[in-house]
Amino acid sequence: MTLRVLMAVVAICVLPVIAWAQNGPLRIEITEGVVEPMPFAAPNFVPESGAANEFAERLARVVVSDLAGTGLFREVPRDAYISQITSFDAPVQYVDWKAINAQALVTGAVNVSGSNLSVKFRVYDVFSGTEIGSGLQFAGTTQGWRRMAHKVADQVYARITGEQPYFDSRVVYVSEQGPKDKRRKRLAIMDYDGANVQYLTGSEHLVLAPRFSPTGDRVLYTSYETGFPRIYVLEVGSVKRRVLESQDGSMSFAPRFSPDGRTVVYSLARGGNTDIFRMDVASGSSVRLTSGPAIETAPSYSPDGSRIVFESDRSGSQQIYIMSANGGEAKRISFGKGRYGTPVWSPRGDLIAFTKQSKGRFHIGVMRTDGSEERLLTASFLDEGPTWSPNGRVIMFTRETQGSAGSASLYSVDISGRNLKRIPTEGGASDPSWSPLQR
Amino acid sequence: MNMITKAVLLTSVLALAACSNKSDFVGDDVVDLNAGANTGFEGTGGANDPTSVAFFQQSVGDRVLFEVDTSTLTGQGRLILDGQTRWLTTNSDYTAIIEGHADEQGTREYNVALGERRANEVRDYLVSKGVPSSRLRVVSYGKERPIEICSQEGCYAKNRRAVTVLAAGLSG
Repeated sequence: MTLRVLMAVVAICVLPVIAWAQNGPLRIEITEGVVEPMPFAAPNFVPESGAANEFAERLARVVVSDLAGTGLFREVPRDAYISQITSFDAPVQYVDWKAINAQALVTGAVNVSGSNLSVKFRVYDVFSGTEIGSGLQFAGTTQGWRRMAHKVADQVYARITGEQPYFDSRVVYVSEQGPKDKRRKRLAIMDYDGANVQYLTGSEHLVLAPRFSPTGDRVLYTSYETGFPRIYVLEVGSVKRRVLESQDGSMSFAPRFSPDGRTVVYSLARGGNTDIFRMDVASGSSVRLTSGPAIETAPSYSPDGSRIVFESDRSGSQQIYIMSANGGEAKRISFGKGRYGTPVWSPRGDLIAFTKQSKGRFHIGVMRTDGSEERLLTASFLDEGPTWSPNGRVIMFTRETQGSAGSASLYSVDISGRNLKRIPTEGGASDPSWSPLQR
Repeated sequence: MNMITKAVLLTSVLALAACSNKSDFVGDDVVDLNAGANTGFEGTGGANDPTSVAFFQQSVGDRVLFEVDTSTLTGQGRLILDGQTRWLTTNSDYTAIIEGHADEQGTREYNVALGERRANEVRDYLVSKGVPSSRLRVVSYGKERPIEICSQEGCYAKNRRAVTVLAAGLSG
């Protein structure tokens, strides 16, 4: 968190934001049609001081990992390089990069002074022989070197795809240990790519489904600390927590923040009936949004805060509904065969991600907010609990394997259905929640 | 027998039961009767003593099972709950927490809600038969606490359960 305070973003050449959209001919349009990743090169950054040597390769490696990890880019092997980048400001020998078919070239330089680290970079369209956008410099600390690399990769991704980026982001999740009948769970937080894990709670009490606040500084989650499921809010920086909902004789779970972070929508179960409530975080006062004997749970706000998508079994099986943020009549949007649960509104507002159970299999899928154009992105013994990348392009979720040795892992998949991959975690992991892009 | 004595006996019985009963979850139990437990009293409160917790668990039956995605009590379930009612009526010093559980075929939040439905179905039945509601509490663990861990119906059937866990002193 100190990084946020220390990080200053300095443009080497001051240019209006709009200029970033001026991309020249090199551009990946992210559509269903993109199959062949764009070849690119990102040589080791140029160290501009002795202390910077150790970061020269590490920074480039993270940039490569971020870009190649999207499935939209492919790194040209380094042993194919004809020329090396030894000076950040020397003219680029385009012909050498063209010869190895690198369509994009990312160059960088790093300077270290004490615990301060600064990184600058440029992106080139090799075949047209032009720079894409202008050079940028980021300043921070040596401790936060990976964030600097993510910032660079975010810029490269945004300039070439025209999309909002997502690499400088974090994921809060449930870290799991032990077999299914003796499982221990605790909250953990990590970079989106699995690095820099930090544990936020101990594993003495069962915890479920953490959810980030819109600014990423707080986390809502459910804990059995009192013996009964209750909603807690935890400050990520201080790791201080407090119970948010503790009505006696009831259970509260499935919390999520509203887009302005002032309200929490959640489920309260009492007397065999689970309904959705909304709580004002500051005052603690709550309003009931659904009634009736059905199970209503897994609520998620639309990005403008005006509507809530949730699941209900009022029709006889789990289905997805949308209602006003003030409650009232709800409209069912899922009509396919099977059960639909855990709906999550995309940050762009256009799609709902969900878990679908059909014929003994679980799927992560997306549909439009009117329920049309349903597409299943995954299939396995047990996939559940989607969370959106900050730019709405990628979905992370839990995949649990079957049998007595079964365990949970985090996976991500592009909303095109491509690029399914496991996120490396130590031990088991479930219930991911993706943070907004860090500032 | 005063309350303190009973609590000590109960603690030791639970400690013994924990060796064989996978449904004991040290750490997440609502009432941590296992904390500081010793292992004495083997002769007292054993399974042959009809007032013992072990008798309740083994002879009366401490759990009822449910069909997939339902919270309806089966005929056999009602018989077991009738036995629980008789036992709780006779042994009026005990309170109970009814734990609702689901199998792993379902999403996490839904299963918490489903387990709560199951636990309340049991609670409502016991209350309808005369057990004071002040002696009963419910909790749902959803799919978080399976006792059988294979991914087949034989295991799922045992995991879709509501377990009446005896405790002491809660209603006071």
